[in-house]
Amino acid sequence: MRSMIQRYAFRSIWLMPVFLLFLMGCNVEHPFVKKVAFKDSLSISIEFAGEPDADWATDPDNYRIYEKRDPDVLLVISEVILGPDKRSVLIKFDEEINQAEPHVIALTPIHSQGKDLGTALLNVKRLYIGELFAILIGAMLINNYVFTKYLGLCVFFGTSKKRDTAVGMGITFTIVMVASAMMSWFLYQFVLKPFELDFLQVVVFIGMVSLSVQAVDTVLRKVNPALFKAFGVYLVLVIANCIILAVPLTLADNEYSAMESLMLALGAGTGFLLALFLMSSAGERLELADIPPTYRGLPIAFVTAGLFALAFMGFSGLVIF
Amino acid sequence: MAATKKSNKELVINGIFLENPIFRLALSMCPAVGLTTSIKNGLLLGSAVLFVQICSSCTIAAIKNIIHPRIRIPTYTLTIATWVTVIDLVLAAYVPAAYEEMGIFVKLIVAFAIITMRLETFACKNTISASFWDGLGMGIGFMFGMVSIGFVRELLGAGTILGYDILGFKPLLFFVLPAAGFFCVGIMMALFNYIEGVYNRLKERKQ
Repeated sequence: MRSMIQRYAFRSIWLMPVFLLFLMGCNVEHPFVKKVAFKDSLSISIEFAGEPDADWATDPDNYRIYEKRDPDVLLVISEVILGPDKRSVLIKFDEEINQAEPHVIALTPIHSQGKDLGTALLNVKRLYIGELFAILIGAMLINNYVFTKYLGLCVFFGTSKKRDTAVGMGITFTIVMVASAMMSWFLYQFVLKPFELDFLQVVVFIGMVSLSVQAVDTVLRKVNPALFKAFGVYLVLVIANCIILAVPLTLADNEYSAMESLMLALGAGTGFLLALFLMSSAGERLELADIPPTYRGLPIAFVTAGLFALAFMGFSGLVIF
Repeated sequence: MAATKKSNKELVINGIFLENPIFRLALSMCPAVGLTTSIKNGLLLGSAVLFVQICSSCTIAAIKNIIHPRIRIPTYTLTIATWVTVIDLVLAAYVPAAYEEMGIFVKLIVAFAIITMRLETFACKNTISASFWDGLGMGIGFMFGMVSIGFVRELLGAGTILGYDILGFKPLLFFVLPAAGFFCVGIMMALFNYIEGVYNRLKERKQ
């Protein structure tokens, strides 16, 4: 019986972070406002804790909505509809709103049953899980580091001749990437930023990369010698890869949180794995093809990569959530 | 490899033609694909790499006797990172517009294989002056590669050179697209291979 409770408690502990993440999805800074969210691409819904006065709630002049990035550009509200329960409003727009950008809604003093409840500044963001997923897919497909950002090409062309090598390299790379990105994030947030040492980014991040490569090397050698035998050779190559440095720089630039950094690193790593796998599959076909002698080797590999890059341009319009 | 016996002139020529970082060694391909839509970008990044290459080559050549062999790679990396930080801050202060355009690539010079490779194979075995000339040759060779790819792409894609209108029309708009960098580098490499083949055949015929 006791062990069952323990097991149950243990299971629910795992659910806690998920629950917390969902909670973080709502950003509300006013006691009278319960929930703010994007309804669809043309409207935002606000849910109040009580009933606001109808003539206050339906007056578009009481809402000022702008993208967090440029507060000077106000969005044009076409109409505000009070919901049937009188506790929620739907703000409608003529033009589509960019849901990827966080928005801010500034409310004039809220009137409810004759009382003045003060002004409110509300943040509208996509659901946190959705945001994380968007970063993951974004780094993997939309901004694939190899095919749309052109990074890590030396290693990419060097190790994409055989499928086994490509997969091994990709997996090793993802592990090191996640480890070094998390360490870099920690150092950046808690050492570089508080002490205003931002200009040391490059030196510190490259040091972190070397360190995590060394750490993965040591740990893998002890814990799983078979895996080390398979992947150890690629570890040295990882240091000479631009992507591994580009990820910490990106997450420092964008001020990502820990979870977001993890997703970015994971996305970049799996994106690289995907690129290597695709390229090696094409490369194995190329070995049988009759290629003009001047194009053999690297030139044809470049042309193939160019075709993949063109294909990956198709992902650029992808909007998630 | 013992200390080099080549003269300074030979070292520079070696960097530009015989061991051109982009076309012959096929190292540091990322900027060659990603940052060559115009000649100006190529020139700026090329000069940044030239600076970093010369400075770190000289630094390593100067301190080569006191580096423990086992920690030589981290030492190289940190030396390069220091010089990259210098050029990064200088560019951000003096050419902010171009710096913005080059984006992350300036900071990524740290990870360019060509610089580490020259330190490992050349600077740690040679004198400061020889390393200077080798660094100069490699840097100019890199710049040459970047500018020539940029030249082809800018001329064919936009019909301009260094921003000045030359052709008056755009022969192949495709070439300024980001993805065309791969095609352009591939085709130019094939061209270099072809020239090399013709050159070798002529040489054989003479003998």
